Amino acid sequence: MNQDPRQFPKAAREALNDPMLRPALNRMKMNFAARRAYGVHAYGDFETLRMAGRDIREYAVTHLDTLLETFEASVTARGGKVHWASDAEEARQAILSILRETGAKTVTKGKSMVTEEIALNPFLEANGIVPVETDLGEYIVQLRHEPPSHLIAPAFHLTKEQVAETFREVHTEFDPNRSLVERNTLVQEARAVLRAKFEAAEAGITGGNLITAAEGAAIIVTNEGNGDLTRLLPKTHIVVTGIEKIVRDMNDASVLLRLLPRSATGQAISTYVSIMAGPVGERDEQRSFHVVLVDNGRSKLIGTEAQDVLRCIRCSACINHCPVYGAIGGHAYGAVYMGPLGAALNPGMIGVAETGHHANASTFCGRCAEVCPVMIPLPKIMRYWRAVEHAQGLAPKSVTFGLSVWAFAAKHPLLYRFGASLLTRLLKLMSRNGAVHSLPLMKGWFAVRDFPAPAGKTFHEQWQTHR
Amino acid sequence: MNTRIRVGLFVTCLVDLVRPQVGFAAVKLLEQAGCDVEVPNAQTCCGQPAWNAGADKDANAIARNVIAAFEGYDYVVAPSGSCAGMIKRHYPEVFEKDPAWLPRARALAAKTHELTSFLVKVRGVEAVKASFAGSVCYHDSCSSRREMGVVAEPRSLLATVDGLELKEISDKETCCGFGGLFSVKYPEISERIADTKIADVLASGAETLTGGDLGCLLHLAGRMQRDGKQIAVRHVAEILAGMGDEPALGETRK
Repeated sequence: MNQDPRQFPKAAREALNDPMLRPALNRMKMNFAARRAYGVHAYGDFETLRMAGRDIREYAVTHLDTLLETFEASVTARGGKVHWASDAEEARQAILSILRETGAKTVTKGKSMVTEEIALNPFLEANGIVPVETDLGEYIVQLRHEPPSHLIAPAFHLTKEQVAETFREVHTEFDPNRSLVERNTLVQEARAVLRAKFEAAEAGITGGNLITAAEGAAIIVTNEGNGDLTRLLPKTHIVVTGIEKIVRDMNDASVLLRLLPRSATGQAISTYVSIMAGPVGERDEQRSFHVVLVDNGRSKLIGTEAQDVLRCIRCSACINHCPVYGAIGGHAYGAVYMGPLGAALNPGMIGVAETGHHANASTFCGRCAEVCPVMIPLPKIMRYWRAVEHAQGLAPKSVTFGLSVWAFAAKHPLLYRFGASLLTRLLKLMSRNGAVHSLPLMKGWFAVRDFPAPAGKTFHEQWQTHR
Repeated sequence: MNTRIRVGLFVTCLVDLVRPQVGFAAVKLLEQAGCDVEVPNAQTCCGQPAWNAGADKDANAIARNVIAAFEGYDYVVAPSGSCAGMIKRHYPEVFEKDPAWLPRARALAAKTHELTSFLVKVRGVEAVKASFAGSVCYHDSCSSRREMGVVAEPRSLLATVDGLELKEISDKETCCGFGGLFSVKYPEISERIADTKIADVLASGAETLTGGDLGCLLHLAGRMQRDGKQIAVRHVAEILAGMGDEPALGETRK
């Protein structure tokens, strides 16, 4: 599994050659794009809703400081506690100290990409605490010691046959000859195993799709109900989320709750919407509610041309419609956030030198921006990172050299005209059966395709004689 | 069409280099639509490869040349959604922080059009005088479809070509995997996306693949040449101008 974003090209090639990955990724159009299209169509005026979503998120991103202070006051007033974490290490330590205080040995987890981002699970294990993923997809990838390959479908890279194989290997308490062909059989088996874990856990960790300043509430959307079991059964509940997930109030949240499921899965509303504000339960129970707010590089994007990516509500629509993700899946990125979101976010959070490939591996087809529920100009942000990469001299030398030669010519029309006339003749001379088959300086092009033979004279040459 | 208007033809670097007849087809169509067509000699490329690579200074310098060469015309027309999109959507971004050039970039952007869209929307062309025997499917380039909003125009014109049967690719919204330098930097990813598109094109049953952007067409035609797939590929302007009997892309003269 690629853990190094610098190895993106190699990992992408491996993914393309993985025969199991292809049938899994082929489900993308039907499972995501078609469902979103239906959900959007069924809603009606989705564009107006997107604009409202954009405005709500834009307000949040430009008022993070005051909204977060209000949020902390609201959470405190409800008997909860907010923990501020400027980076991954602070977040891990904050979570560990809460768990140590409560003496938790087993902790159930709802789906949370931020806990992936701060690499929480290996850290907890190293400290003698057993984290149990309870979202079915997360549970599967945890059993396989893999990171999620998709924001909302962590096991999207797997076929159900591969899942059956994993269950047979790990769930040794069941009859080894049982049938695991049906999807539902797999779900029921995971359910049975997880039920015991839910009962054993002393603490539960969930993410937060949104947090509201006025009410001090955290909201999660789920389809399996595992989020509620995670937060309600144990006495300690920890919400771990990014600082940018803040919105003003439940009114704002209600707009985003119309956008999020439709953009993600085409659902009008997710099966469960859990609104979590303060400790729940009887007054005499010692219950606690914590919110760990993670910055981890987010605030430094404010004021840059990448700021708009902070509006993201992690619906995955950009990923679900990305032709590059559709070809290689999520693991090739070697980072927690994949696809267009990763391409816009990773260079800012991890670094341009490390994740430059993410910003470059886009055709700029613009589909991601078109489907984004909060109208993030994703290609524009990727282009910004390319400009940063170029300005810092981090772009591959072969590309920048070729580009600078071409650009010099393009700035000098007479020279360009001469060069083009020469090149088109050369290409014609080199062509066999209507195509050029290779050219030393254009390895990338000729690795997978020929170049149709040109006419042999440029348009401008012919135009001069024509007129 | 009583008043003649002056159109500066932005030939595009790929048409200039590889497929000059697309330029002549564009001239013919524009003249039929009552335009005086000129081809400014100072043009090279729109600068998109530099801009998309983050080479902002180069993009800036090339864009200034284009603005200076074309701002005197009533309209700028390109047989490409991609180059037209660069001028229309991205030149204002190139000069976002340059108060001297921004108004000029915006003014040029406002009068720049993709060829088929210009014919239909600006010149009111409803039909072309051309014939083409066979079935054709039109590939929407992402820049035409999403940046320029060009979807119906090429199809409405193709439908008026004598003898032409218009077929559709089932998934018209997904990219073909060209993406300019992307196709060179990540060839294997580009290949997979292209193969998905090509399978879709072949499934349409069309005998000819056409489109408004030579970049996509060269990439798809070149991929099919390498892969031994047989389907003629040519620019939409050639068909609309009645020049569809010349050899297709990469086809040797019969």
